[in-house]
Amino acid sequence: MTSRREFIRISFLGAGALALGTGGCRIFGTDRLPGGITDPENGKGRIPTYCELCFWKCAGWVYKTPEGDIWKIVGNDDDQHCNGRLCPRGTGGTGMYYDGDRLKRPLIRTSQRGKQVFREAEWDEALAYIAVRMKKISSEYGPESMALFTHGSGSSNFINLFRAYGSANIAEPSYAQCRGPRDEAFIATFGEEVYSPEITDIRDTRCLVLIGSHIGENMHNSQVQEMSDAIDKGAVIITVDPRFSTAAGKSKYWLPIKPATDMALLLAWMHEIIYNDYYDRKYVEKYCLGFDQLKAHVRDFTPEWAHGITTIAPDIIRKTAREMANASPAVLVHPGRHVTWYGDDTQRSRAIAILNALLGSWGRRGGFYRPARYELPSPVLPAYPEPSRTWADLFPGKYPGAGLPVTNALIDGSIPENNPAYPIKGWIVNACNLMLTVPDQAKTIKAIQNLDLVVAVDTMPMEITGWADVVLPECTYLERYDVLRTNPHRKPAIALRMPAAEPMYDTRPGYRIARELALKLDLEPWFPFEKQEDLLDWQLKQAGLSLDELKKTGVKNFERENDDIYIGDDEEVEFPTDSGKIELYSSYYEQMGFDPLPKYTPHEEPPEGYYRLIYGRAPMHTFSRTSNNPNLTDLMDENSVWVNPKVAKEWGMVNDQYIRLKNQDDVVSEFPVKVRVTERIRWDSVYMVHGFGHAQKQMKRCFGKGASDTQLITRIMTDPVMGGTGMRGNFVTFITEKAGKEAES
Amino acid sequence: MRYAMAADTLKCVGCSDCVVACQAENKVPIGYCRDWIVEVTDGTYPVLEMEIRSERCNHCVNAPCVRCCPTGASRYIEGGIVVVVPDKCIGCGACIASCPYDARYPHPAGYVDKCTFCAHRIKKGMDPACVAVCPTKCLYFGDLHDPNSDVSQVLRKRKHKTLVPEAGTDPQLYFLI
Repeated sequence: MTSRREFIRISFLGAGALALGTGGCRIFGTDRLPGGITDPENGKGRIPTYCELCFWKCAGWVYKTPEGDIWKIVGNDDDQHCNGRLCPRGTGGTGMYYDGDRLKRPLIRTSQRGKQVFREAEWDEALAYIAVRMKKISSEYGPESMALFTHGSGSSNFINLFRAYGSANIAEPSYAQCRGPRDEAFIATFGEEVYSPEITDIRDTRCLVLIGSHIGENMHNSQVQEMSDAIDKGAVIITVDPRFSTAAGKSKYWLPIKPATDMALLLAWMHEIIYNDYYDRKYVEKYCLGFDQLKAHVRDFTPEWAHGITTIAPDIIRKTAREMANASPAVLVHPGRHVTWYGDDTQRSRAIAILNALLGSWGRRGGFYRPARYELPSPVLPAYPEPSRTWADLFPGKYPGAGLPVTNALIDGSIPENNPAYPIKGWIVNACNLMLTVPDQAKTIKAIQNLDLVVAVDTMPMEITGWADVVLPECTYLERYDVLRTNPHRKPAIALRMPAAEPMYDTRPGYRIARELALKLDLEPWFPFEKQEDLLDWQLKQAGLSLDELKKTGVKNFERENDDIYIGDDEEVEFPTDSGKIELYSSYYEQMGFDPLPKYTPHEEPPEGYYRLIYGRAPMHTFSRTSNNPNLTDLMDENSVWVNPKVAKEWGMVNDQYIRLKNQDDVVSEFPVKVRVTERIRWDSVYMVHGFGHAQKQMKRCFGKGASDTQLITRIMTDPVMGGTGMRGNFVTFITEKAGKEAES
Repeated sequence: MRYAMAADTLKCVGCSDCVVACQAENKVPIGYCRDWIVEVTDGTYPVLEMEIRSERCNHCVNAPCVRCCPTGASRYIEGGIVVVVPDKCIGCGACIASCPYDARYPHPAGYVDKCTFCAHRIKKGMDPACVAVCPTKCLYFGDLHDPNSDVSQVLRKRKHKTLVPEAGTDPQLYFLI
């Protein structure tokens, strides 16, 4: 089916669905929570879960009313991710369950009088439809021609399905659109990534350095909590950001850097720290490799040199370098999380890693702690068929430093005129809205037009569902079991998610969806357990634990096997790098043809009348996925574009005025966006919160609200090391009514 | 007994968790709230200061809303908490007009609603929902007559202010600065 797909606004839901919708919407009336609520006693009437509103996965308790409605979700006191306190999104998680705009039944794309529409289908039919086409793709092109884009706790189900089917083309936008450069840089330097939640010891730091990281606006729960603890303890916070972020407002030093010049500042800090003997000499001599080369490399990168590039005064660069040194090793130059900015992001992250190494903070109290994970037994499955080709074979030699599959490479491989070594012919997109996640929407649409099959699995009618051939409605996290959470932390721990309610409408848990599709693909041996909870029960029994016990506590923390959370005095450490040392100088990068030491490269600046588009997060939303949540929409229902007062005056713009934005490629924001005139943003940039400007009408609360930064990000600065999509090289100008009139006259 | 709350403007990140937790706990209908966030930025780029406040009813000692209520629906309960008894409220809105903090809203069910310091939780020895949920632990609550309460201790240690003190209402919501 290579017919061109139209974007279908998921509106063919019929009267039956409407009736279901009103039933599910009763929350919005005044009778939202019937009276007579009593606070359930501890341990009774509460159901353990961990949150799916973001990737922090905080464990909590779901409380219900005596009538059985979901009432509220509260953090689990024993959980290291949240310490009993969920963030606004987690607290508002009930809205995800009660959202009347949820996907309700499986849908299949069809044609009526020449117009593409969706029709409702039974699960069996929808899964059979997919299985037939997946088998066809496998026999015609090989199983590697199916790609999976996935995110979140449900990923493991579809990953297992794909590996059993014979494809390892499994990509998460959290890699090439977000954390990838950071993880690769830290692996290249220390042999280890910084994990999620990050192993940042903010709680005990004496100096926290944030490079564009806006903790408090990104609501990474325990990090926000620990930053608050650090403030209480008098830690010095240094924030580098062209925007006066919330964190900047809490900092002793705010460095209002010229955008795209962070590398110069990092190099100047290295220069100061090395040439003033501020570095942790013992640590560097014992554990690091390539110090002499680094010292020679940064010789000329003086604060005066950096001043001309960054606009940060030399004495501030000196003072802040000294603050870091004074706190060393309890200093943390935070690696950030979303770091795909300018295409040299792996190198910038390397500079951050090197700076931490010089300060001796890796593996030290107040720097980075050493994580511990609880290793759960896994059932022995038949060996997965070895894929004859992977994503890396699509374009041989591209992104040699990528340790994980690159979403954008899979998208490129879906477009025949790019001449991939083999074609990608089908996608399953699980819980990630590629249209607002991956930049260059035109390319994504072009790729979709060339596919034989597009399947979207989601809880909401996100834009990607409008491009799918089959839409599979998953139930929300409050209605399902999922894999046990085992993310590494200070202590090894497990957390349980179990359903607080039966799946609403005709929705199903991801496990069941993946397994039943596997049955239709004759892959049952890889799904030996009929239900997710059977797997959890088996795993826990193998570990000498029990599902019934875990239901009572939600979380179980274990002691570390060894007292090794920090590197001990004079401890001999073999780091998991090639050399066993911390590699300041990366021979590995040199072998691949990349700079072994990070260099400053100037990036393009906005032309006259244009402003750099910077985007970020709001604490009450997660990307584009919470935009329609009734509880969270109530806190923030649209984004605005932040404009410096000088710029606003020049353009005659006032607060709350609606305008459109146009980027350097003449792409105009689909919906109007409100102006926020504020001193908090530099005059050469504008800022907006990511995740708004939804185009899918069926999401009634967020449709057409605000501007989509992703839509305006059409120029990508790709990271040659690992394929990350640098997204901060886009410039926008304003389309105001006034400007329009002037143009006419 | 004198209940009071203190909000640390230096730690608050303005995430609105207090708002959404209160809405859930107290069944506040969507579109309304009993507490809210105010962000004030002063200065000119790049010399800037920001204060973020989690605001709500100040549970004033000398509360104009109680004084002006024609039916006695607005009243003090134990610990000086100001509440509205919905059955007695006729929704006239006099209290809304009298409040210097704009802390009250007309509930769609026909009465005026506001923060109760989660009196139903305090009774069970729990903190108000906003205090319990705050990820930055920037909210402190307790009895000012108890020198060991969280709020007494933090007010002894830290510089603080109240809002609109000139209104003479003796507000009991303090802001640490």
